[in-house]
Amino acid sequence: MEISVKKVHSDLVKKISQISGQNIGACYQCGKCSAGCPSAERMDNIPSQFIKLIQLGAESEIKRSNTPWICLTCFICTVRCPKGIDIAGIMEAARLLEARSNVDYFEVRSLAQALLEENLPPIAVVSCFRKHTSI
Amino acid sequence: MKVAYYPGCSLKSTAKNFEESAVASLQNLGVQMQELSRWNCCGTVFSLASDDLMHHVAPIRVLLRAQEGDSNSLIILCSMCYHTLKLSNIRVKQNPEELEKLNNLMYKEETTYEGKVTVHHLLTFLKEEIGFEKIKERIKVDLSGLKIAPYYGCLLLRPKEVSIDPNMENPLIMSEFIQALGAVPVEFAHKTECCGAYLTVGNKDLVTERAYEILEATRRRGTEMILTSCPLCQFNLDDRQREIKKKYPEFEEVPVLYFTQALGLSMGLDQQVLRFDLNWVSPLALLEEKHIFANR
Repeated sequence: MEISVKKVHSDLVKKISQISGQNIGACYQCGKCSAGCPSAERMDNIPSQFIKLIQLGAESEIKRSNTPWICLTCFICTVRCPKGIDIAGIMEAARLLEARSNVDYFEVRSLAQALLEENLPPIAVVSCFRKHTSI
Repeated sequence: MKVAYYPGCSLKSTAKNFEESAVASLQNLGVQMQELSRWNCCGTVFSLASDDLMHHVAPIRVLLRAQEGDSNSLIILCSMCYHTLKLSNIRVKQNPEELEKLNNLMYKEETTYEGKVTVHHLLTFLKEEIGFEKIKERIKVDLSGLKIAPYYGCLLLRPKEVSIDPNMENPLIMSEFIQALGAVPVEFAHKTECCGAYLTVGNKDLVTERAYEILEATRRRGTEMILTSCPLCQFNLDDRQREIKKKYPEFEEVPVLYFTQALGLSMGLDQQVLRFDLNWVSPLALLEEKHIFANR
């Protein structure tokens, strides 16, 4: 991975900061978010690593990462961050960058089969759309 | 006493056992739960984006409906609705300019939302307004010896502004409730951990694994029944046991009830309102084994 000043000041970093309203530079990599995250083991970049990628403006690594899609907004990271960073909000901003670029993580057409197979609560479907489909 | 309450979509469909058991239990405690005369979807998830106001219109419109009624407090049962309505309410109370914009986005309203409504979860209402002592007086069915684990999940506790317990890392309100019912609360480390939430739609395997971990963690502590307050947690911990059983045949099923079903059970309410028929794992075999009488 190439590290450069240009990347650190990229539009991507600015957009994630702006959408989340968070000062991403405040993170000093203590790792408490990753320690508490119940989904960390399934992420290719654990939350603290993902924050570091944003600090470095590593656009292609961020776009490739499954981290914001595995994140379920359980807020463990947010409430434990000693720097008061809303990490769940940063994950939301990373998802929104895709959703606002017309990218779907969940294929809406596949829902029909899921609904036939089981008795999903409506809140499962609505929240899945809100978090994982383009807007 | 009359209280206004907002059911939300799931209580009217997959979680009828939550709504019906709550309304009947509260009636038994002398409280008439009055559904808002008109309501819309709360939006399900609270939008965390600083530049996104549109997704706050739905929850604020629900609060406007409550403001129109006689009461300035609104009771919520579903954890997701509670979280969304509570946080949107806090956001507009802290940002008057945003509230003004949101009022302008709600057409054909005779009044504007003024931030006057207080959002309560049913559990805190039971503790603070009714009192667990009063519940104790109404107990008719002996649940002593029944080991019940509280499962909070995420949205009743985090972030701290929404927490129904002063200690969001180790909440005890549901254990106090279980004690009031005469049963034995079982603490376990996973009681505040995420169930896998909406990934259950597109990533069933991940949620099956997550549910298995949570259920096994509490099973190891002797749990016989689990209580929850969220139709999505309930689905993931209850219905997903079918998938768990396929993957781990030695897994022993455990009933996962809404806390209001346990409340109704302890007060001797009829099974017609407890609606155990809607729980994937029925508690009836356990109740029979424990010689706990449940009205038919």
